[in-house]
Amino acid sequence: MLLRGLFNQSKEIQFFSFSNLLSYISLGAILVSIILFFILGLNYGIDFRGGTMFMVSSSEKIKVSDVRNTLSGSNLGDVSISQATNPLETLSAGTLTSTDNIFMIKVEKTEGQNIETKVKALLLNKVPDIKFLQIESVGSKVSSELVRNGMLAVLFAVISVLVYIWLRFEWQFALGAVFALIHDVILTIGVFSILRYEFNLSIIAALLTIIGYSLNDTVVVFDRVRENLRNFKSLPLLKVLNMSINNTLSRTIMTSVTTLLALFALYFLGGDVIRGFTFAMIWGVLVGTYSSIFVAAKILLILDVKRNWDEEDSKAGTQF
Amino acid sequence: MPQLSFFRIFFIAIVCFSSLLFASPNFFYSTVDKKLNSPKQTSSWPDFLPSTLVKLGLDLRGGVYLLLEVKTDDVIREKFDFLWANVRSSLVKKRKELGSIRRIDSSGDQLKIEIGNSENIDFAIKEIDKFNSSTELFSSRWSGSVQKDTLKISSLENMITITFSDEQKRTLEKQVIEQSVEIIRRRVDETGTREPTIQRQGRKRVLVQVPGLGSSEELLALLGKTAKLTFNEVVSIDSSSNFPTKLDEMVVGSEQNNGLFYLLKKRPVVSGENLTNAQPSFDENGLPAVSFNFNPSAALEFGNYTKDNIGSPFAIVLDNVVISAPTIRSHIPGGSGIITGNFSVEESNRLAILLRSGALPAEIEVLELRTIGPELGRDSINAGKLAAVVGGLLVLTFMWLSYGLFGIFANVALMLNIILVMALLSILGATLTLPGIAGIVLTIGMAVDANVLVFERIKEEINKNSNIYNSIKIGYEKALSSIVDANVTTMIAAVILFFFGSGPIKGFSVTLGLGIITSVFTALLITRLFIDLYILFYRPKVLRV
Repeated sequence: MLLRGLFNQSKEIQFFSFSNLLSYISLGAILVSIILFFILGLNYGIDFRGGTMFMVSSSEKIKVSDVRNTLSGSNLGDVSISQATNPLETLSAGTLTSTDNIFMIKVEKTEGQNIETKVKALLLNKVPDIKFLQIESVGSKVSSELVRNGMLAVLFAVISVLVYIWLRFEWQFALGAVFALIHDVILTIGVFSILRYEFNLSIIAALLTIIGYSLNDTVVVFDRVRENLRNFKSLPLLKVLNMSINNTLSRTIMTSVTTLLALFALYFLGGDVIRGFTFAMIWGVLVGTYSSIFVAAKILLILDVKRNWDEEDSKAGTQF
Repeated sequence: MPQLSFFRIFFIAIVCFSSLLFASPNFFYSTVDKKLNSPKQTSSWPDFLPSTLVKLGLDLRGGVYLLLEVKTDDVIREKFDFLWANVRSSLVKKRKELGSIRRIDSSGDQLKIEIGNSENIDFAIKEIDKFNSSTELFSSRWSGSVQKDTLKISSLENMITITFSDEQKRTLEKQVIEQSVEIIRRRVDETGTREPTIQRQGRKRVLVQVPGLGSSEELLALLGKTAKLTFNEVVSIDSSSNFPTKLDEMVVGSEQNNGLFYLLKKRPVVSGENLTNAQPSFDENGLPAVSFNFNPSAALEFGNYTKDNIGSPFAIVLDNVVISAPTIRSHIPGGSGIITGNFSVEESNRLAILLRSGALPAEIEVLELRTIGPELGRDSINAGKLAAVVGGLLVLTFMWLSYGLFGIFANVALMLNIILVMALLSILGATLTLPGIAGIVLTIGMAVDANVLVFERIKEEINKNSNIYNSIKIGYEKALSSIVDANVTTMIAAVILFFFGSGPIKGFSVTLGLGIITSVFTALLITRLFIDLYILFYRPKVLRV
C-alpha cells in the first residue's frame, strides 16, 4: 500500500551521535520550564484557585471591556474575562449557532447563590439575550484539596511506575523511565506557563495519561533493550541501545501517529471544553516519544547496565 | 499451520455477539431512552433486545452538581451547650460544697468547667456522671440516640473536662449526615426532577447531582435553609437588641423589620418537627401564606397555650429570625394554623416544601457547585461524536495504508474494540462524561498499538524466516512481553486517576481503563483469529505486512 515500507529503515540511525547535544537541550528546557513556572506561574482554573466561572454566550457582539466594566466595582473580587473559541464553529447541528460569542468569566468569590444571582442580574441587564451555558463554583476548601489530590496522584503514578519497572527490569531502567516521566511532566508545566492555557483538573488527568503514554513508549524500547542484551552479550551497550531503538522505531512512529491523529480530531472538533486537555495530550505524546528515546535510553547508557542476564539470575522469576 | 480450536472461535464469537447486543441500544439512544422513560407509549425498540444505555454524565446531559458539607460540629457544640445548661442547674444546687461554677471553654467539641473548691471535685464529677446515663438529655428528634457512658470526664485540679468518646462522635456525625441526606433527598424530590443522585461522600459531605436542571438557584434556595421552625412565647418587643436577658430567654431579629427585636422564651411552645403537613395558601387578605397542621399532641399543647394567652403576641421563628408575630385572638384548638409574612407566592411555596420535608439537623455549606446548561451538554455530545468518528476514520485509513490487509484486520478489531467499550460501559452502569469520550478517542489511537507491536515483530521475523506461519507465531510470542508492559503501565495511570479523580475525570479513567483491556483482548485474540483464518484458507506464499 501507499505508506507501506515508509518506515522500513535499511540503515540504522545513529541516535547517540547527537544525543549529547539533545541532553543539553533537554536539561535547558527543564531549567527554563522551572524558571517559567516560578516567574509566570500557571493560569490556574477555578478548580485549583477557587472562585466562580461563568460560561456565557450571546448572539450579539459583546466587548470584553464592556463585560469587565459591568462587573468591576461590584465587590466580586478579581474578575477575568476571556473570549472562548466557539466549540461549534465546525458544527452545523447544535443548539448554539456559530455566530454566538462565547465568553468565560471568572470571578474570585464563591459564596454560592448570591454571587450567581448577582452576576446573572448584572449581565442580563447589559446583554439581554445572554445565555448561561455553564456555571462552576469551587470553594477554597475544595480547591486546596483538589490541588493536594492532583499532586498526590501524579506522585503516586510516578512511584508506582518506578516500582513496576524495577520489578520487571533493573533499577537502572526504572531510573531512566522515571527521569523521562519527570522530564515530560516538567516540560508540560513549562508549556502551560508560557501559553497560559488554563491549568485545571482535566490537565492533571492529561498529565497522568501522558505519564502512561510516555511510559508505554519507554517500556517498549526497554523491552527490546533487555532482549538484545541477552542476545548480543558482547556488543557494547551503546550499540545495543541504538539497535533496540532502531528495532522499535517504526512501531514508535506508527503508534504516535495514530494517537496524534485521534488527538488532533479531538483538538479541532471536540469542543472548547476539552481543548486544553487535548492540547496537553498532544504535547505529551510528542514529548513522551522524544523522551523515551533521548532521555530514558540516554540515562540507561550513562548508568550502565549489568550484562549477565542469565537464567540463574535471582531476579529472573519476576521477569515474566 | 494454525490450530483452530472450537473453543477459541466459540469464545470470541460469544464475546463479540454479546457485546454487540449490549452496545446496540446506545446507537439508537433516543428510541431506547423513550422506551425506558415513557413505558406507556409504544416503542419501536423490540423487547427481546437489551435496553441498557450508557449513563450520560452531567457535563453531557446538563444539570447541577453540588458538593455540600454538613456542619456536624455545630450539632456537637449544641449538644455541649445543652449539657452545660443541665449540668449547671444541677451543680448550682450544690454551690455550698462546690463554690463558684464557671464554664471556661466554649470552643465546641468539649465542655470545660471550673469550680471554686477543688477539694470537692470528685463530688462534682459524680454529679456530672449522672448525665452519662441520661438518655433524655439527647432525645431531641434530630440528635440521634446516645449510648450510655459516652461522656469522657476528666479532671485536673479544679477543672473538669467533658468530651464525647470518639466512637460516640462518629455515631453522632453519621446520624447527622444520614438525616441530612434524607432531608436533602425530600427537598430535591420536591423540585420534580428526574433521577437525582444524592449520596454521602467522605465523613461530612453530601454529593447532590440533579440532571436536567438548568439553574442551581431554586435548588440552592431549597437546600440553603435549615428550616428550623419554632413557635415561641414573646416576652417583649423593642427597637434595640439590648434586652436584659434571662438564662431561658433569647433575642431574635425580625424578618420584616430590620430595627425590630424580640425577646423570646428559649423553650418553644411547639416546633416544626410536630408538623404533619404544610401547604401554600392565602390569608384573609389574599396574600400568600403557608397553612399547616400539627400532630395531636402538639395540637393539644398549642391549643392550651392559645387558650391561656389570648391577647398577647407569639412569635413564629424560622432559622433564628422571627418571620411574623401575630397576636393570639382566640383559642386555636384544631392544631391547624396559617403562617403569614411578607411572602411572595414563590416564597410561600418554598417554605411549604421546607416545612414538609423537615429541618436539616445542621447547617450545610456549599463547597462546590457546577451547573451545565443543556445546550452545552448536547453540543459536547455532538462535538465528541464528531471527533470520535473523524479520529476513528483517520486512524482506520492510516492503518490500512500502512499495513494493507493486516491493517484491515486491525481495523475490524478496532471497531469491535469500540463496541466492546460501549457494551462494558452499559453493563457496568458506568457514567460517560466528556473526558470519557476523550478517553474513547484516545483509546482509538492507542488501541492499534498492540497490533502495531505484533505486526512489526512479524515483519522482522519474515525477514529472518522463510516459514510464514512461524513468523506469525514468533511475532506474537515476542511482542507479548512488550504488550503486557506497555499496557500495565498505562493501566496504572488509569487506576490512580480513578481513585484520585472526581466526576468527569473519573469518567475518563473508566473509559481509558476499559479501552486498555479491550484493546489487548482484540489485538491478541481477534486480530490473531483473522490472521489464522487468512493463513488457513488462502495459504499465501508470501506474507506482506
